Amino acid sequence: MSSKNPVRKAPRFVAEVDEGGLGAVDAVRVSDRKSNLWLDAWRDLRGRWMFWVSAVVILFIVFVAVFPGVFTSAPPNDNCILTVQTQAQAEEFGVPVGTRISNHGPLPGHPLGFTKQGCDVFSRIVHGTGTSLSVGIIVTLIVAVMGIVIGAFAGYFGGWLDSFLMRIGDIFFAIPYILAAVVIMSMFLRERNIFIISLAIGFFAWPATARILRSEVLRVKQLDYVMASEAIGVSKFRTMFTHVMPNSIAPVIIISTVGLAAAITAEATLSFLGVGLPANVFMSWGNDISAAQGSLRTAPQTLIYPSIALSVTVLAFIMLGETVRDALDPKARAAR
Amino acid sequence: MIWYIARRLLQGIPVFFGSTFIIFSMVFAMPGNPVLRMFGDRTPSPEQIAALEAKFHLDQPFLTRYFLYLGDVLQGDLGTTYAGQSVNEILARTFPTTLRLALLAVLIQLIFGIIAGLISGLRKGGVFDNATLIITLLIVSMPVFVFAFVAQWIFGLQLGWARPTVGPGAPWADLLLPAIVLAGLNLAYVVRLTRASVIETSQNDFVRMAYGKGLTRGRVIPVHILRNSMIPVTTNIAADFGILIVGATVTEGIFNVPGVGNELFKAINRHDTPEIVSIVTILVIVYVLVNIVIDLLYGVLDPRIRYVK
Amino acid sequence: MTALEPLLKVEDLEVAFKTQDGFVPAVRGVNFDIYPGETVAIVGESGSGKSTTALAIINLLPGSGSITGGRVLFEGRDLTQLSRREMEAVRGREIGLVPQDPMNSLNPVHRIGFQVEETIRANGLAGSRREVRKRAIQVLQEAGLSDAHERLRQFPHEFSGGMRQRVLIGIGLSSHPKLLIADEPTSALDVTVQKKILDHLETLTNESNTAVIFITHDLGLAAERAENLVVMNRGRIVESGPALEILQDPRHPYTQRLVAAAPSLASKRIRSAAARGDSLATAEAATSERSLDLVSVAERTAETSSESAEPVIEFRDVTKVFKIRTGGPRSIPFTAVDKVSFQVPRGSTMALVGESGSGKSTAAKLLLRLEDITSGTILVEGKDVGALGKQELLQLRSKMQPVFQDPYGSLDPLHNIGNTIAEPLNVHRVGDAASRKARVREVLEQVALPESVLTRYPNELSGGQRQRVAIARALALKPEIVVLDEAVSALDVLVQAQVLNLLAELQAELGLTYLFITHDLAVVRVIADHVTVMQRGRVVEQASVSEVFDNPKTEYTRELLAAIPGADIPLAV
Repeated sequence: MSSKNPVRKAPRFVAEVDEGGLGAVDAVRVSDRKSNLWLDAWRDLRGRWMFWVSAVVILFIVFVAVFPGVFTSAPPNDNCILTVQTQAQAEEFGVPVGTRISNHGPLPGHPLGFTKQGCDVFSRIVHGTGTSLSVGIIVTLIVAVMGIVIGAFAGYFGGWLDSFLMRIGDIFFAIPYILAAVVIMSMFLRERNIFIISLAIGFFAWPATARILRSEVLRVKQLDYVMASEAIGVSKFRTMFTHVMPNSIAPVIIISTVGLAAAITAEATLSFLGVGLPANVFMSWGNDISAAQGSLRTAPQTLIYPSIALSVTVLAFIMLGETVRDALDPKARAAR
Repeated sequence: MIWYIARRLLQGIPVFFGSTFIIFSMVFAMPGNPVLRMFGDRTPSPEQIAALEAKFHLDQPFLTRYFLYLGDVLQGDLGTTYAGQSVNEILARTFPTTLRLALLAVLIQLIFGIIAGLISGLRKGGVFDNATLIITLLIVSMPVFVFAFVAQWIFGLQLGWARPTVGPGAPWADLLLPAIVLAGLNLAYVVRLTRASVIETSQNDFVRMAYGKGLTRGRVIPVHILRNSMIPVTTNIAADFGILIVGATVTEGIFNVPGVGNELFKAINRHDTPEIVSIVTILVIVYVLVNIVIDLLYGVLDPRIRYVK
Repeated sequence: MTALEPLLKVEDLEVAFKTQDGFVPAVRGVNFDIYPGETVAIVGESGSGKSTTALAIINLLPGSGSITGGRVLFEGRDLTQLSRREMEAVRGREIGLVPQDPMNSLNPVHRIGFQVEETIRANGLAGSRREVRKRAIQVLQEAGLSDAHERLRQFPHEFSGGMRQRVLIGIGLSSHPKLLIADEPTSALDVTVQKKILDHLETLTNESNTAVIFITHDLGLAAERAENLVVMNRGRIVESGPALEILQDPRHPYTQRLVAAAPSLASKRIRSAAARGDSLATAEAATSERSLDLVSVAERTAETSSESAEPVIEFRDVTKVFKIRTGGPRSIPFTAVDKVSFQVPRGSTMALVGESGSGKSTAAKLLLRLEDITSGTILVEGKDVGALGKQELLQLRSKMQPVFQDPYGSLDPLHNIGNTIAEPLNVHRVGDAASRKARVREVLEQVALPESVLTRYPNELSGGQRQRVAIARALALKPEIVVLDEAVSALDVLVQAQVLNLLAELQAELGLTYLFITHDLAVVRVIADHVTVMQRGRVVEQASVSEVFDNPKTEYTRELLAAIPGADIPLAV
């Protein structure tokens, strides 16, 4: 009991019991809305304009990649001439004979003009979509699979396996993946294709994903429901798949979405440097930009249009990644 | 603390050997004749092939070759076969320039990034926050070469505010535009990271306690909020360095800065694989060292780390 | 200014928080006064608005909160009208704060001395560097820390929780403020540490005649430390007045519930009854709601225990040594459990009591075979737990189920309730799909949850409901033993009473054996038949529950008993 002499005797006050009574101590919450991580995240995404804009743009890009013919009939590589020489060509392009097609501005049927080699800029952009998207998707898959498997095993089983895998991760992480890809592509100069370039990029880009998954797994592993699962009799393996993994996957989804953008950028950068996909076989925005370097002063549009296509695509995926991150972020969820 | 330093250094050793070994393997452990591959599309003469084979000690067992190769790289012995200059010379000449460029870029990134992130975080949802988010998003979605060209075209050619390519000796003023481009690569992440960090730190109990014990806002923000938010940003600098290396390659190429990146850029363009491999190896070694330094810096910033495993 | 004027006068205070669904009121029309030198306790469960009220006084509400009405008069000045700078001057200097969570209330990257000194400088207590340093040492010494000189250079993570709270108390009182707001200052600390710190705080505030607002959820603690009590529920004051009067004669139904459900008070009433030689039934019931009355829980527990039953759990010299990795090359061995032996008769409740670091949770994990024993034997129904093969272990697991502490972490947030409860049935392949469904429903009824809960996800339920689900899951396989690891420690006091009631009923109905792990000795009085007291991995005392309470044999047990809040309150019984 407090040993101070009471300074005063406080007045006694008792509030009126209100009509509703005290209420049940532990009532089931009445809300009809079902709620768990994924449902809440979807509801959050639905309300963001950035999500819809990026989703629509991405769907459009995918459509262009799968059905290039809908947008352009001009084949990207076959129709390239430097100067109009024959009457037939003159009629086709609608310009007099002798006109220099190389770096020419827009003509009917060729809305964005021509490259230095005389190829249709618009057509090249349309056909380049598929390349960028394919590389992006394949790289993301490689990184996700490797990152998830390695990160999960390292995090869940711990011990020497964890140390070993993380050391390996450190080693791979020490090599910037684009530089590694440069070396690989240089060594495989004659055999470059979408698969090789995706492997070259993805094989060195997994450590970040593995680390993120591992730290999520470490966090989830401590929670009581994992302990309860083991105490019930669920095997360690099964606990990992049914309880730990689903609760750890959210950050990986976030990093993969942004990673897709990074993969597209990587392919373009490699092509720009000259070790990407061979230009005569594959349409690539990076190749186009690289080829248009010299024309920066004279015909900047040959560089700007593919740049816009590239930037818009990357931006769309990054925006998607942003909104997904906000939707899945546990701290933001707690505030909802 | 000593243990932390020792441990960190020890951890660096397998990474050093592991990463250089992987690069070595990427070149020499692939199917087919590595020397032939190095010539890419060209068809070399038998003498050229023999010369390279000797240079890379192809007669030795694999592991010995690795250590010999490592020794050669560290001494700068692997050089271009075409221009005949030793890589050592080239690097000695070009490293300081790249260093200056990188320093400038990191400084710009940190100063603008942290300030913008701090203001965004403190005034979450405000006009500044939204505007910064949008601007950084736009910058980050442009691949470095696109951003470089855009900057070169607008500020160099159209507005004439800066020289489109860097002059001889690379004076600081000329380096400003390429440094800004380089900084732009990671600026968005520095801003978001600082912002998220500031928001999270502000909600911490010790911040409320700091106000509760009578500190003014002018003290709490720098001493408690900002100081603690710096920890994740520091980690980011390490990863940033890898991006910086790649960015420098492209940026120096486009702006014609006489640095290491430019050498790599030209080597890649020429498909000069031996030089590519040696420069990449050196850059990776530098990256490993930078990572160690950053980790030690992290130990200074966060005293808890020094005692935990 | 005489003692006739209130130091602080809160008038019709209203506080609201901005959420997605608009403004949600947290405090509605709160009125109370504090006079110089007196201690007023604000008591309530979580969500009652007690902390919010106190923080609103010094305008430290989290970003989304704001004062929407009323006045706060401090020495005649309305604090709600102050500018930011004026308020910064008031804080620390005239009104001090001791926060709730000592683990997070000190900045981990700055040294202790730095944080104490900046307070001194900010409140204008000293000028030159030397004076500030001297004053800082003084503050730490007054706070009860030895070697104050050394302590200045250390970082918060090098201090224990109790030491950190002492530093915070020192900081809060450093400028000898007229009013101190203590927000659950010891809730996060061990109960023996709690007593020492609160005693010390009382000494300090008495010496400097500082008025104290003492916020707590523990009614017994409030009555012990304060002269006047304010009871809050859902943002409103339901009853206020002199502490003793309220405890002895609670008038508002909510207060009556609190009095009935508070473990410290219940244990007190039981002891009084025992001291008089009366049966438990004569111990006064404070409320008509039997489900909340802990004394009736104790009655039921006493009824179901039988001394003659054979031991179903047996620990023989069980030891567990962990290897702790330090930063250096060697790892230090840490003995969490040291030659622990005890027996649990069938159908009874054995309480494992101890403070943090006592090893009680580790002992539970060893029993559940979530960790391996270093030496010794654990026998369940005569079988050595450590020697079981995979199949036998699975069988054992079906007989022995856990309920863990954290209601927010014990259920997988991505599995709905139905699946969560059914999981043990699925793993052990009990019956077919139809019979499993039926069993799930059966068990749901036993824990008094409605069927509609089956399709819901954990984050739609309250803490108490989640614990019931955890209990249902534990019961699904019809176990004989339930290991409850601090299963009610994280619950609000009324919900806690209900769950304890439920547990007692289930034990009576199903003949369950409980191993009940807790740090709260008062809860032990109510729920347990036998007690094993642990300290630093060792068994310190072992006896029946009435023995331990009426006749404690060791110093440590006596300390624990004395530390139960409200131990010294004279309750008119």
